[in-house]
Amino acid sequence: MEKIFNQLSDSLFSELNNGENLILSFDGEKSQFIRFNHAKVRQTGLVDDADLGLKFIVNNRSVHGGFTVSGNFDIDLARGKYEIERMRLEAQEIPEDPFVVFPENAGSSHEIKIADSLPFETAVDALLPAMSGADFVGIWANGRMFRGNANNLGQKHWFETESFSLDYSLVTPEHQMVKGSFAGNDWHQAEYESYVKRSREKLSLMERKPVKIDTGEYRTWFESAAVSDFLGMFSWNGISEASLRQGCSGFGRMRHDDIRLSPKFSVIEDFSPGYCPKFNSDGEVSPEKLSLIENGELKNTLVSSRSAKEYGVESNNAESGEYMRSPKMAAGSLNHEDVVSEIGKGLYLSNIHYLNWSDNAGGRITGLTRYACFWVENGEIIAPIETMRFDDSFYNFFGERLLEVEDKSSVNPEVETYGGRSLGATTCPGILVDDFALTL
Amino acid sequence: MKSDIDIKQLLSAVDVPAQWVGLREVYEAHTPRMIRDGVPVANGRAFTHGIMVEVLVNGQFGYYGTPNMTPEGISSAAKKAYQQAEIASRHANFQFDESARPSHTGSYASPFLKDRESLSAGKLNKILLEAYNELKVSDKIVSASSLCQVIETSFSFVSSNGSDINQDFLMFEFDLSATAADGTNQQTRTFGGMRGNCRQMGMEYFDKYEILANANRIGEQAIELLSADDCPTGEMDAVIAPDQMMLQIHESIGHALEVDRILGDERNYAGWSFVKLEDFGKLQYGSKHMNITFDPTLESEFASYAFDDGGLKATKEYLIKDGLLVRGLGGQESQIRSGLDGVANFRASSWNRAPIDRMANINLEPGDSTFDDLISQVEYGVYMESNKSWSIDDYRNKFQFGCEYGKLIENGKMTKTVKNPNYRGISNPFWRSLKGVGNEDTFGIYGTPNCGKGEPNQVIRVGHASPTCLFENIQIFGGV
Repeated sequence: MEKIFNQLSDSLFSELNNGENLILSFDGEKSQFIRFNHAKVRQTGLVDDADLGLKFIVNNRSVHGGFTVSGNFDIDLARGKYEIERMRLEAQEIPEDPFVVFPENAGSSHEIKIADSLPFETAVDALLPAMSGADFVGIWANGRMFRGNANNLGQKHWFETESFSLDYSLVTPEHQMVKGSFAGNDWHQAEYESYVKRSREKLSLMERKPVKIDTGEYRTWFESAAVSDFLGMFSWNGISEASLRQGCSGFGRMRHDDIRLSPKFSVIEDFSPGYCPKFNSDGEVSPEKLSLIENGELKNTLVSSRSAKEYGVESNNAESGEYMRSPKMAAGSLNHEDVVSEIGKGLYLSNIHYLNWSDNAGGRITGLTRYACFWVENGEIIAPIETMRFDDSFYNFFGERLLEVEDKSSVNPEVETYGGRSLGATTCPGILVDDFALTL
Repeated sequence: MKSDIDIKQLLSAVDVPAQWVGLREVYEAHTPRMIRDGVPVANGRAFTHGIMVEVLVNGQFGYYGTPNMTPEGISSAAKKAYQQAEIASRHANFQFDESARPSHTGSYASPFLKDRESLSAGKLNKILLEAYNELKVSDKIVSASSLCQVIETSFSFVSSNGSDINQDFLMFEFDLSATAADGTNQQTRTFGGMRGNCRQMGMEYFDKYEILANANRIGEQAIELLSADDCPTGEMDAVIAPDQMMLQIHESIGHALEVDRILGDERNYAGWSFVKLEDFGKLQYGSKHMNITFDPTLESEFASYAFDDGGLKATKEYLIKDGLLVRGLGGQESQIRSGLDGVANFRASSWNRAPIDRMANINLEPGDSTFDDLISQVEYGVYMESNKSWSIDDYRNKFQFGCEYGKLIENGKMTKTVKNPNYRGISNPFWRSLKGVGNEDTFGIYGTPNCGKGEPNQVIRVGHASPTCLFENIQIFGGV
């Protein structure tokens, strides 16, 4: 793939006239997908896919293009040349963009991770025996992913990684469920079997009869996976500088009213583990670490170069959508073994589901409990709960109602596959919160 | 630039001893244009083009999605798909035969008068800039945008049992948005909520609809919301406009009736369903006013088509008749697995994903009440327009939705504007509280380009049309 990208880049840059700029971004994968239901194969297949994105800049006008890379150089070069000519003509018709961002050559990078992966033809036989006798449902994704970026000033980045993920649920006959997500680069069969064994042990807790709890406010523990979902909301009308400027960010109270969250709450963008490339789709390289919220105080928003120009602030080379790509929340002091006793009476939520802003300006988020969620009383897990809806503000649960933060963080890998397999991960601990609001 | 492919010739390049072979070619180009705060922020065009090779081996389907559309590429893809299917067939969830991919021939083309190229990039930017100027009614509009995305899709499907289908689509998404803010008091008003204004038609849309007048209204309403009272809290009646009804239908009917969900395929991702296989023909889903159809034939609706991606011919069918659940959203595979009647809704997001049960056009059929009739029945309640927040549980029971714009209804009349109107409920009791359904004059056609489901994940376009509806005794509430 890298060779294809390099050949195409060199050829397409030679098509440019004076004063024209071109940024190319490459996004590809060679993946296996196996979908399971009832511990059997529901659907199975392979996907080869790669897209080349083109950003053409001339006379303060920016036009984009894009096409599927077929792998045949002559076909792909013809597609690229056609796109350049189309963009050249279109640039003559559209209005000037005063905030257009021009490419630079700030240095190149090259990162390739080779893994000892599970061969495609052995995946089914490696995965299913550990699930024997369980009602197992989920998705296996495995293979290589490719990201590239180059511009006509000579800057070039390449990122290539090989990884797998088995995102799954185990289900009891009474429809109670436990979630698992086993992901990594090198395949270790024994680690996989051990991970599944722990899921099955957790499932045994779900065999108790679920209890129905009333709406109201509860002392609540959120496992790392649930905290990761809350942090994900910051990437959607939250931490973005453009969202704040355009009046659609839940962070407005922190920016305008100087509201602070709990001193126990700190979040950084951290590219050091290498879960995803440091370069964005314009080829700009982000700082390895960037403090976003420090001890409850908003320190930095994510600022793309376009926002920097538009609003007169400094860029931190965020992606154009100004979302977090590799967030990490700071750990605290609560040992996981003490969680249930610290809850005393309340809720233990392993996962949450279908979050949305119910009042973005107020920081209010609604969603639902899902999977292994329990009622706790006298410092002991009593039983799973029936599904409940919550509706509460992050200014509460990451603010003055944040009681404790777990002393260890977990890595929650990005396993979404819309359009293609995603890269990245959210690293965060669990949290203990007071008076969390259940509404339905 | 679309490469010309002879897909029938490519089918002859496949050399594997499969029970069945199918090739599905998809070309799709997106052309977005957007003006935000007076300047262009998106102008471009990108396309995807590839083929899904699908084979049936020992009762198990296997696939290979490839952009290499040469005879050698397709032959190699078929061999690898065959290997995947053969290995998996030893652990197959269900043993299919050729009947899962019925043989059909035919074609479909979106109805339109003016193609994409009839409106140049320059002219469309000018229209969008004029719309922006109308949105910006005050300095308190801190951000405003106008956007249009044209989508052109060509679909070809051939198979070893004789299917030969071609479908060409011309679609667009159009939106206007104005955000008014005064400190942390911020309100956004759009044209149909969350890109709900999406249709299958051509550039004649820009001749027919009063874009500038709507832009001005949206800007004025955003300002109006800034000084409006918060929506009241309590149990009261709700009158819901079509651009919110579309999401109500989508989340609490559409997804709940997908047969692959009911069969458990989605339990690890989108979730299960409160509907069980034995409920069809028995469950009173809603009040007698409720008539829900799967209608791929409604002209200009976003997800109209003649055949699904498994080659099944698409026809209009009632899913819920007079409130009774009669049919599920199950394509041919789900119909075979479940033994239920279904519809032609086996759809994939592109050439790189395998089809699954999806919604297409799921509509609420009009009733006989005028808009004024509906309002006049309400002693105290709220009228709501345009979705801005949505969430529902994994069984499609407990939902909560928020709207952009509300009007208080007092003693049968709409009075003052209210901001942050929200409501929540549980699907069956909610639909059983449907008290009145508006007539054709209140009917609106909407849709969404962003319905997510499936593993691997797929986002797909769906259409929803509905009249204005009246629900009694609903939990309604406002902002923080």
